[in-house]
Parts: sequence; structure tokens; C-alpha cells
Amino acid sequence: MSDRQSVPALRPSALQGHKPAGHSVFGKLFFKESFCAWIFIAPALIGFAVFYLLPCVRALYISLTDWNLLRAAKFIGPANYSRLWSDPNFWNAMRVTVLYVLYNIPVQTAIGLLLAALLAHLGRSVVMRSIIIAPYLIANVIAAIIWFWMLDPLLGFGNAVLQAVGAGRIAFFSDQHLALPTIAAVNIWRHMGLVAILFYAGIQTIPRDIYEAARIEGAGPWKNFWRITLPLLRPTLVFVLITSIIGSFQVFDSIAVTTLGGPVNSTRTIVWYIYESAFENFRMGYASAMSCALFVCLAVATLIQMRILHSGKSELE
Amino acid sequence: MRSIVVFFRSGPSLKNCAGYAILGVFAIISLGPIWIAIKTALSDSRTLFIGAGSLLPTDPTLFNIQRVLGLADPTDPRLAQTSFGKIDFFRALTNSAIFTILAVVPQIASSAMAAYAFARLRFAGRGMIFFLFLCATMIPGVVLFIPNFILIKDLGWLNSFQGMAAPYALMTPFAVFFLRQMFLSTPRELEESALMDGASYFTIFFRIVLPLHRSALGTLTILTALSAWNEFFWPFLVGRSESVRVMAVAINAFRQQQAGGSPDWSGLMACTVLGIVPIAVLLVVFGRKVVESFQYTGPK
Repeated sequence: MSDRQSVPALRPSALQGHKPAGHSVFGKLFFKESFCAWIFIAPALIGFAVFYLLPCVRALYISLTDWNLLRAAKFIGPANYSRLWSDPNFWNAMRVTVLYVLYNIPVQTAIGLLLAALLAHLGRSVVMRSIIIAPYLIANVIAAIIWFWMLDPLLGFGNAVLQAVGAGRIAFFSDQHLALPTIAAVNIWRHMGLVAILFYAGIQTIPRDIYEAARIEGAGPWKNFWRITLPLLRPTLVFVLITSIIGSFQVFDSIAVTTLGGPVNSTRTIVWYIYESAFENFRMGYASAMSCALFVCLAVATLIQMRILHSGKSELE
Repeated sequence: MRSIVVFFRSGPSLKNCAGYAILGVFAIISLGPIWIAIKTALSDSRTLFIGAGSLLPTDPTLFNIQRVLGLADPTDPRLAQTSFGKIDFFRALTNSAIFTILAVVPQIASSAMAAYAFARLRFAGRGMIFFLFLCATMIPGVVLFIPNFILIKDLGWLNSFQGMAAPYALMTPFAVFFLRQMFLSTPRELEESALMDGASYFTIFFRIVLPLHRSALGTLTILTALSAWNEFFWPFLVGRSESVRVMAVAINAFRQQQAGGSPDWSGLMACTVLGIVPIAVLLVVFGRKVVESFQYTGPK
């Protein structure tokens, strides 16, 4: 991992003559590279150890106990994992989460690509980019509550429009079959601008002369997009797919503020189920086991994607 | 104005018109729901049913905004409506500001120091530690939330600002990577000549590296402040009491108050609009900088 080229060639010890005179031993320490490095890194390292490294180890340990906050934890080995394997609620949560990801990712990526291509082609207006990224700057909770209001069966604007065009009222968030796609739609609304901006930035790195050459060859915009833009966007595509899949796997906020996992478990995603187990039923051991399982799933999914999409290497490199 | 002119630069061919139309539709999709929230916040709450399909506020009033901020005249007869929820949103907005500052300022300071060490200084275990930091980005938040919640609880920091900000305050892997990348992308000549003139690493860091990367630090501040301002899950776990709860947690609590009946929509929308105002100001004042900040978050 260490990149050798960033190591400074010059070290202060080689500069005896230039050193300010009259420093104590302690003063000299501050010119020693590795000593300074540890001082620079100390605060972040403490934060990393306390809030990332140790919690990870602790989560794994808790997952092997029957801890429920009330009495002392008892070590029960992999019992939580075998219970998880035969827990229909866990598998339902996994199914709901994967479904949510499948609703989300294709639509969000397609809209993002379309908007990015239009932005790159029709003008680089920062106003337009600001407008489409605006929903992403709004908190998940606020985005969800706005749509919850828009789609309220009785008073919402969306249902008033449906009434006006002659369709009946639809209870988007309280219909068993519509709740999950609706929450996915809210997520697409919030993220499409960000995805578009990322693709737009990727398109900017593609050299103009490639398009110029294609134009001379007589290629139209449609062909350009499939033959040049999309292949050369691969690093961005990999990045966007991996981060948005990891992100939507962990959907929580919009469910907490709207459906609370209902109706009939149709929006009970894995993170919501973990939250319920840990903080409403206080089954810390079982919830930790599920969170570790989720971690493994995400790591495997990421590795598979990186394999399929040939990591982040661009065709230009 | 200029950017609007540039926007129409390509000229009005038929194909381009279709493109502008699509962009226009998506602009409306992006901003439309936000406008409906504003419209509702400014409407009289008794007109919600008849005004449901209207695009403009019905009987426009600032009463809802005043009400959720606790600024309404206590003798106002409209306050007697029983469907109104109770909320002190001014408190929530202040709490959000405190939480954002506590989470962001120390995080950037200590992440910048670590990023400088990773980018420029040689020490044993650098590659190993950096690799561990890299792995940390892969961990789903929920894995860390359970043990971190227990840690904060054991420290007696539940429902306190230090408990809410602690996991963000000393570092986030993203901030360290972002700044390391920025530091690596600039030539080191200036630093080397300062070193030769006898400057210590601390002088170099504070006098050369930080001022040189003002723009990158600004970008990172925008990104981290936005995510702290919008954060929900962690503050929801450790900061639920009214004295510390942030905007998103307060809105959620306000919405759950009327779980049975119909929520206090005009109050809720007044809260959402107030929660969006700081972001709108940021976007209007620093539009280009904000948009470009997000472009930086992509792959390098």
C-alpha cells in the first residue's frame, strides 16, 4: 500500500548546517521525521482505534453472546448465526433489501447518465447542475417527509393531481405492494442529481479529440454515447455502482420516518430489522450477528462487482 | 446571468430543444416537491383540503413558521387548534448547528494533520495504518453503531453533544483520504525549500500546507458540514432528548407524535422548510463551489 514516490528525499538530519542553533534534546525531536509523523497522526489514530477498530472487534464478540443489555453477556458461540440462518424475518429483510436495491440502481444510473450526457452536450450551466443536485443536499428525513406529504392519500398534492386526471387516490406508502417502490422512488429523486454530477465530471475527463475523430468518421451522438462515452466512463460507473449499492443496502432514514417497516413487513429492510432487534427488543447479540452478516454480504458484493467491471481502470490508461 | 447565457449557447436546433425539454422536466421534478413543501408551510392549515391541488399557498400566512419556532403570539386563537403538534424547532436548529460545528471542525483539523503525515512523512507502519483506514470505509455504519452506542452509554454521554459528535470529531476515513489525495497532487518544492531553511514540520504544515490547500479544505468543509447537518441515524440513537436533538431527529419525533391520526402537516412542512433554508443559502451563495465539491467526490 505504501507509495514510495511520496517519500521525501530530503531529511532534516542531512541539513546539519541549517539547523537553528541552541535547541534542547526535546527541541531536536521536533525535527525528527518519524517523531513528528506520530504526533500528526495521533489524534486521528486515537479516533480510528476507539470508534472504528475496537467497535469492529467488539461487534464480532457481541455477536457470539446472548447479550440483551439487562444481564451479563453469556458466550454462546455461533448460536446467533445459526438462528439467523433459520429466521424467516431475516430472509424477508434480505429479500426486501435486495428488491429495494434492484428498484433503485438501474433507474438511478440510467437517469444519471441521461442527465450527464445532456448537461455535457447542451451546456455546462452551473445553475442547472445546482438545481438537479438540490434534492441530494436535503436530509433523507426531510426528503422522505416531503414525499410522504406529497403522496398523502387525502391531502397530498400528488393525489390531488391523480384525482384531477380521473385516476383514483393511491395510498402509496400504506399499500403493501407500493410502499417499497415508493421509498425507492424517493431515493432516486434524492440521488439522481448526484449521480448525474459524478457522470458529468467523468465525461469532462474524456479527451475532446476522440469525439472529433468519431465525428470525422461519421458517428452520430447515439453511437458516440455507446462506443466512446460509456466505455471511457467505466471508472466512474464502477464507483457510482459500488457506492450506491452499498448505500441503498443500508437504507434506514426514509423508513424510520414513513412506514416503520410496514405495511406487513413490506419495507422491513435489513438495517431496519437490525435496529428493531438492537434498540427496541435489546437483542444486542442477535442484532450484532446480523450486522456482521450484512458486512460480509457487502464485502462479497463489492469484490464481485470489482471483478466483473475490471476494477477502476479506464480504457485510456 | 452569464451562466444562463452560456446555458443557451448551443443554439436552438430541434434536437437540442428536446434535450432542453428533458432537462427542464428534471429541473421541475427536482424542485417541484420542495416548492410544494414551501407552499404548504405558507398556507393556512385550515385550507389544506381545499388547497391540496393548488400550486400557490392558500390564505398565505407566516403563522406556521412562527408557531414551530415558538414565535407566535400566545393569545392567537389559531393556536387553540388541537391538531397542532408540539415542537420547539428553534431549539432543534440550534442543536443542529452545535452538532455540525462539533463534528466538523475538529474532524477536519485532525484529519488534515493525519493526511499530511500520510502524504509527506516517512514512518514505520505508514502503509499498514493507511490500509486499515481504507478498510474502515467498507464497514457499514450499522456494524459500528451498536458497539459505539454501548461505549457512549458506558461513558454516560447519552443525550449529550459530546456523545453525538465524538465518533466524527477525531477523524472520518473519507476526510483523511480526500485531503491526502489533495496534498499528494501538489508539488513538494515549496515544502522542501522551507525544510532546507530550517523550518520544522509543524511550521511547514501550518504556514505552507494548510494555506496552500485552502480551497480543498473549503470543499471538505462543505461536504462534511452538509452530511453532519443532515445526519439522522446516529443522533437518533444517542441524542433523543429534546435538549440535544437535532433537526432531523426533531422532525421525526414531531411526525411520530400523531402516529394515529393525521400528522400536523402545516407544522411539519414549516419545519422541513426551515431545515432546508441553510442549505438553500449555501447553494445560492456558493453554488459553483458546492457543485464542484461533489464532483471531487468521484473516482480519481
